Amino acid sequence: MFYETVIEGGKHWSLTVRAGTQLRIIDRDGGANVGMLFYNPHNLLERYNAPDTLKCQHTFKLTKGHCLYSDMGRIFCSITEDTVGWHDTVCGNANWKLVASRWGEKSYQEHRNEWTQNGYDAFLVEGGKYGLGRRDLAANVNWFSKVSVADDGAMLFDLDNSRAGQFVDLRFEMSTLVLLHTCPHPLSSSLQYPRKPVGLQLSKAPPVADDDFCRHSRPENIRGFANTELYRLCGGGGE
Amino acid sequence: MRKESELLPGDAVFRQVIPAGDYWIDTVKRGQTLRIVDVEGNQAADTLLFNAADVAERYSAVDTIRGQRNVYLSCGSELLSTSGNCMAQIAADTVGRHDTLGGACAAESNTVRYALDKRTMHACRDSYLLAVAQHDRLGLGKRDLSHNINFFMNVPVTTDGGLTFADGLSGPGQYVELRAAMDIIVLISNCPQLNNPCNAYNPTPLEVLIWDADVR
Repeated sequence: MFYETVIEGGKHWSLTVRAGTQLRIIDRDGGANVGMLFYNPHNLLERYNAPDTLKCQHTFKLTKGHCLYSDMGRIFCSITEDTVGWHDTVCGNANWKLVASRWGEKSYQEHRNEWTQNGYDAFLVEGGKYGLGRRDLAANVNWFSKVSVADDGAMLFDLDNSRAGQFVDLRFEMSTLVLLHTCPHPLSSSLQYPRKPVGLQLSKAPPVADDDFCRHSRPENIRGFANTELYRLCGGGGE
Repeated sequence: MRKESELLPGDAVFRQVIPAGDYWIDTVKRGQTLRIVDVEGNQAADTLLFNAADVAERYSAVDTIRGQRNVYLSCGSELLSTSGNCMAQIAADTVGRHDTLGGACAAESNTVRYALDKRTMHACRDSYLLAVAQHDRLGLGKRDLSHNINFFMNVPVTTDGGLTFADGLSGPGQYVELRAAMDIIVLISNCPQLNNPCNAYNPTPLEVLIWDADVR
């Protein structure tokens, strides 16, 4: 591990990682939510595409073995380990209005670091640092949050999905700009604004083996890895 | 929920067929009703909406399904924007369920889903790109081509978190109607997909009709 930090609940951050980096995201207290978006730092128009990711892996949830795809058929990162089992990528973010109506607004003026930040504004701030704006936000991942679907389509938030110490490992397969926030999930049924800290650990990932679990979890992922490999062989991503 | 429309095609102020593999982009005014007809059955109408007065505000699949706490669209669904405003409501629907999880096909996603040598086949996102390039006065570009609605497609989610691509619930002549709650730019790609059994490997025409508000 070459870096470790903690992001308090209700905050945001961003970082750029190169291929071969592992990011471990840890739910320190249980019940965390981490909103995350991915972009190609060398072509910001290439970005995480939740529909492509779900559709090509025939899944609604994200967990170990899944790959997170860009809209260009390439893989930003693979989920190489996951002790939680279900992460959401279709519910988006809470916005100011939603946070105010559910938990009441705590202004910065009055509450300083304990203000009730929302995920949508958090992404606008982090994205703005790279020239990204409203038009560039897309359906994001919500790590540690589970929303299941009944037969009639009804969506149900699971308040007990993630426990203290549970984690998910991402192995980056190409250079990636990561935007993240630790603001509440928009469907959270928590009675109070959940302010849950998240640990982040960066390390060098072991090389992708020929029999890699994520690469072979579906035939689609073999092709996704091939697309990503071609990009790298041609110098894409500057690596 | 299924509900038939009382609007008569003879009263429509606009009527146009969209051949498969083509796109349609136009403004629908607040109060007007847009009908999309699945002329021959099980054809995907990949649809995006933009606020005509501020195109950075656009249809948001995630806000829409979260707002109604249901992943399927049907009669009564309010199609919400990225700012949480209602852009249009589904006012009539003879099908009963439409998808907004599956997104639009792309040459690049086709390489992953089907085979690497599919990369040159026509796809919805190519139609979208051509549409915004040929209408660049609207100020739209690739960044605006986000998570769409797939009218007439059936993509059930299983209780254990799977995503399945089931046979369509639609059929010849089925339709859906949107009543615009603001002036909206509607962009439809009539899906050219040749690799997916959802349209029996046979993309067919769609038709759009528009009625003025005072017809009702």
